[in-house]
Amino acid sequence: MKPVVLLEDIYKTYTNGEVQVHAVRGVTLQIESGEFVAIMGSSGSGKSTLMNILGCLDRPTKGRYLLDQVDTSGLERNERADLRNQKLGFVFQGFNLLARTTAVENVELPMLYSPIRVPPAEMRERAMKALDIVGLADRADHLPNQLSGGQQQRVAIARALVNHPQILLADEPTGNLDSRTSVEVMGVFQRLNDQGITIVMVTHELDIAHYCKRNLIVRDGKVVRDEAVRDRSISAVEMEKLRNAEAAAKLIHSA
Amino acid sequence: MRITATSIIALRALRRNKLRSILTALGIIIGVAAVIAMVSIGNGAKSSVESQIASLGQNVITVFPGSSNMGGMRGGWGSSSSLTIEDAQAIEREVMGVVAVSGEVRDRQQVLANGLNWNTTVMGESPGYLSIRAWELETGTMFTEADERSTAKVAIIGRTVANNLYTDGDPVGQTIRIRNLPFKILGVLKPKGFNFFGSDQDDVVIVPTTSAMRRVARRTNLSSILIQAQSPDAMPRIQQEITDLLQQRRGGREPDFNVRNQMELAEAATATSKTMTALLGAIAGISLIVGGIGIMNIMLVSVTERTREIGIRLAIGAHDRDVRLQFLIEAMILSLLGGVLGVLLGIGASELVSVQLGWPVLVSTMSVVLAVSVSAFIGVVFGFYPAHKASQLDPIDALRFE
Ligand SMILES: Nc1ncnc2c1ncn2[C@@H]1O[C@H](COP(=O)(O)OP(=O)(O)OP(=O)(O)O)[C@@H](O)[C@H]1O
Ligand SMILES: [Mg+2]
Repeated sequence: MKPVVLLEDIYKTYTNGEVQVHAVRGVTLQIESGEFVAIMGSSGSGKSTLMNILGCLDRPTKGRYLLDQVDTSGLERNERADLRNQKLGFVFQGFNLLARTTAVENVELPMLYSPIRVPPAEMRERAMKALDIVGLADRADHLPNQLSGGQQQRVAIARALVNHPQILLADEPTGNLDSRTSVEVMGVFQRLNDQGITIVMVTHELDIAHYCKRNLIVRDGKVVRDEAVRDRSISAVEMEKLRNAEAAAKLIHSA
Repeated sequence: MRITATSIIALRALRRNKLRSILTALGIIIGVAAVIAMVSIGNGAKSSVESQIASLGQNVITVFPGSSNMGGMRGGWGSSSSLTIEDAQAIEREVMGVVAVSGEVRDRQQVLANGLNWNTTVMGESPGYLSIRAWELETGTMFTEADERSTAKVAIIGRTVANNLYTDGDPVGQTIRIRNLPFKILGVLKPKGFNFFGSDQDDVVIVPTTSAMRRVARRTNLSSILIQAQSPDAMPRIQQEITDLLQQRRGGREPDFNVRNQMELAEAATATSKTMTALLGAIAGISLIVGGIGIMNIMLVSVTERTREIGIRLAIGAHDRDVRLQFLIEAMILSLLGGVLGVLLGIGASELVSVQLGWPVLVSTMSVVLAVSVSAFIGVVFGFYPAHKASQLDPIDALRFE
């Protein structure tokens, strides 16, 4: 089987005047279809930079990136925009929803920029379906500021899903969420992954990384560890545990 | 290009910022309204000047007496008293393409009727005078060539004189006393209002030229001769022929008359009002440009303010031209909206001016069409730079923007 993502000796150097920051230095990585990868590492180790390269938002300074057999380095700005639109779904660290725009209109956005025209009726239908997948169909007409952080994150996930991407990229999707909502979001990811979507996400939290199938550790712009996850956490099970714990706490409290 | 999708996007973006959208459009609204109102007022003034000029009559050539020269002492224009009724008759007889000729005698007199009296201008004219001045009778008839030949004591009077002397009933058939002679009133003229110089054209009694010369003014010369030409094209030739004819009738003497063409006056007057319209239009046009700069300014601010939004769009797959088109469409919708609202406001303001101040106002379709298309054009021109700037942002830089 051909890998969906193939990074060959990727470098990314930021130049700020005299100072050069080597954010990524020599990453070679292969991700197969259906994988569920967590990238971990300390702050400033180059995780977001790597994700931006994977998401075709940024270009590597050096190295080759094949996305679904296509070499992205030769593509120009608008061709990469089409790749982002069609093959990739990106969930940003800070949600990045359009303010004062309803959840469903936010989810429709990628279809408005689709190279293949989507009729408005189909647009609405697909957006609602995506919201349903993340369990937010009943909040379609809510504005972002009327939604909780976890709900906003789920709208962002629905938006990333709506064009049926091959890969879902998420930069710290649970960074701003409490543990319960984090488990919820990981539940959504696990279900999507079970349906065959390849997922790559960044996280700081070890227990969150444990929901994935493969963990990468990045240090100083290099992948220093790459291992499969054993005994991975299953969101349904963890949810059950959480519920029991809460019930117990309540019992103790009321006793 | 994804025009439909982009239009949806632009409309949604405008809807999200209603207040800003309205404020942005305000500059154009005021600019367009100013253009419409100013041009309407200017056009109103122009058309009232034109109608006043038309009321002086069409294709009229006037012969005035020239300066006198008595033993080397030269008087000013009009000081000579050399125009005669024979001159008028000669012109009528010999110059081709003349429709009507009227030898004019003017005199101020105290006139009496019904035990009332009134100081007015008594004018001696030929029957062709009404045609020359494009003047019509309200009631009654004009006197005739026969009256002219017989120095008949007949008159037609203006509205003002009728109002002041005949407070009850129709003056036609009644008698008016001029220099204590009874003149029979044949007709009353339609009101013509005030002329350029502010004098009341309806404050007049008109009698045949011969009657005026012999019975009223008691003089042998004319104040002027009015000639109506067949067509505007014929005027230069007729003017020349009149000059030659009168010159010939005076033998070798120094010319003591002056032939003036009414179009000269008309041209000067319309030129003035045209200048005024242009000036008002220019001032208003400047405010329209200021409105356009306002759009550009707010669009530029909004590009900065919406950097994150643009970043999100680019990250999600918008092409640079999608973003450019979005901002262009936004600017165009705003300026078109401003244009339409401005037209309504401008027409409203024009109406208000005409009702409140009584100024003549004329809203021209031309200025409406022009103002709306200029505002759309301004939207494109002034929207382009911000739109281009937005489209050139780098997606991650834009997303990182705080
Ligand atoms: N635009 C930029 N210009 C200059 N340096 C940058 C830029 N973006 C990132 N860097 C530098 O590159 C390095 C890697 O940054 P990156 O954002 O990838 O880290 P990270 O692993 O995502 O960290 P965190 O966990 O805090 O999000 C850092 O040292 C950072 O300062
Ligand atoms: Mg990061």
